Amino acid sequence: MSVKSEILALFKEVASEQQRTLAPLSNGLGLLESGLDSLCFAIIVARLEDRLGLDPFNAIEDDGFPVTVGDFIKLYENAAPGDVAA
Amino acid sequence: MSQREPVSLWQRLSEAGTLADRWLRGAEASVNLAALSRGSSLGAPVDELRGASVMVAARDQLPAALALIELDGIARRIVLCPPDLPQEHLASVIATAEVDVVVGDRCISGVARFVRCTPDITPAHRIGRASERTEWVLLTSGTTGVPKLVAHNLCSLSSAMAGRGPLGAGPLGAKAVWSTFYDMRRYGGLQIFLRAMLGGGSMVLSSAQEPVTDFLGRAGAHGVTHVSGTPSHWRRALMSRSSHKMAPRYVRLSGEIADQAILDHLHAAYPDADIAHAFASTEAGVAFDVGDGFAGFPASYIGRPGDVAMRVADGSLRIRSGRNALGYLGDEASSLVETDGFVDTGDMVELRDGRYHFVGRRGGIINIGGLKVHPEEVEAAINRHPSVHMSLVKARRNPITGAIVVADVVVKSRIAAAHKTDALKREILEVCRGALARHKVPATINFVSALDVGASGKLMRDHA
Repeated sequence: MSVKSEILALFKEVASEQQRTLAPLSNGLGLLESGLDSLCFAIIVARLEDRLGLDPFNAIEDDGFPVTVGDFIKLYENAAPGDVAA
Repeated sequence: MSQREPVSLWQRLSEAGTLADRWLRGAEASVNLAALSRGSSLGAPVDELRGASVMVAARDQLPAALALIELDGIARRIVLCPPDLPQEHLASVIATAEVDVVVGDRCISGVARFVRCTPDITPAHRIGRASERTEWVLLTSGTTGVPKLVAHNLCSLSSAMAGRGPLGAGPLGAKAVWSTFYDMRRYGGLQIFLRAMLGGGSMVLSSAQEPVTDFLGRAGAHGVTHVSGTPSHWRRALMSRSSHKMAPRYVRLSGEIADQAILDHLHAAYPDADIAHAFASTEAGVAFDVGDGFAGFPASYIGRPGDVAMRVADGSLRIRSGRNALGYLGDEASSLVETDGFVDTGDMVELRDGRYHFVGRRGGIINIGGLKVHPEEVEAAINRHPSVHMSLVKARRNPITGAIVVADVVVKSRIAAAHKTDALKREILEVCRGALARHKVPATINFVSALDVGASGKLMRDHA
């Protein structure tokens, strides 16, 4: 599974667990408009660390915090080894 | 304090029951208590230790138990050194407690005087007449830093045994064979040793070197009737497949939160036993027992008449009783009690449906984006799943909420590896969601084969 599809699947998984209505996901969708709250993202980040072995938030510059779904995916793709990010 | 002559442990245990019928049984040797009326376990005349500050630092429990019986009423102070005390703390404990003599089963270098104690009773002077109201010093079981030295005496240690019921002396006590998974140099284990000795019974001592399966077999072979341990000790025992080798009439839990799952498991394993969980700490002493089979304790315990006063302030349980420790040793020791004599246990409680439930330690709180979580309350929820044997909940750093709850889970041995799946994780999380606020539900679950239990019998926690 690619990083992107792993992330999108996790968005749906966590939304379902947390009984949240997920907005249709697109790169341009703001994270805060997705229907997920901070706790949902905290869970997603923790599970991505387990599943992908990536914790890219550690390396974020001050202005680089992801704002959209696309930013979020790119953050993980950039942190992943090249062959995984395909 | 009483103005009368001090009454020693030896005098009290001799009057509690026929010595010839009573045994202290270790993993490698047993001693009939009558032997102590004719001889000594010590390698020096006990009168040479009169008035001294003595550290009992044996590796094995049996020689330590014998030394305690011989030294109470003789020594000015007895320091009970647990076998796992880190070497680097030994010197500071000796200095703080002004130790004159170390008694042990193997030589310890660098001490002023060493006296050997062994389970081989040699004909010697009989135990002398009590002249001292001996101070008993216990070490706290924190896993970091220098342990605190907590002072008690035989009176504060044993006053919980004066009452009726399965713990008091009396007809039942005389035939009781006590045992505990605890080391008897710790408060929980010492309580059981004293109950056995002062109640007129016998005791089977555990051994750190002995596999739990062997210990359970030995306990069963000696007909144990009363057994105590922490919930972690009991979970390990139930996991061993040898739990059926003993058939105790009384099962006691203390030292950690007894959740409903472990109480139910023990009831299923020992259907004929009275199962009680007790609240006690080295500093506060024994506060109460709960024997109704439910986790937590009735709210009516707070403010009830009796010799133990309890209150809840700032969320934590406070206790004042004659069983409280006398104080800490050492110049820099903080005060053990508040101005009105209550000990703050640091154990946080919550009132739900007429019962107080323990939710965790004050220092162990996880902060999830400003919301508090006690790991133990999450573990109690996880442990309700029928496939779960035990669990450890901890904080993981998280860039969104500061921290997030994660759990290591040990599933029951009958659960095949093929079933340790994401589906089982989802089921466990479902149980948690039904019982906990959403920020308390673990973000991830990790299946592990075992969890570390420390020498104190408690789950190892990073913050401890």
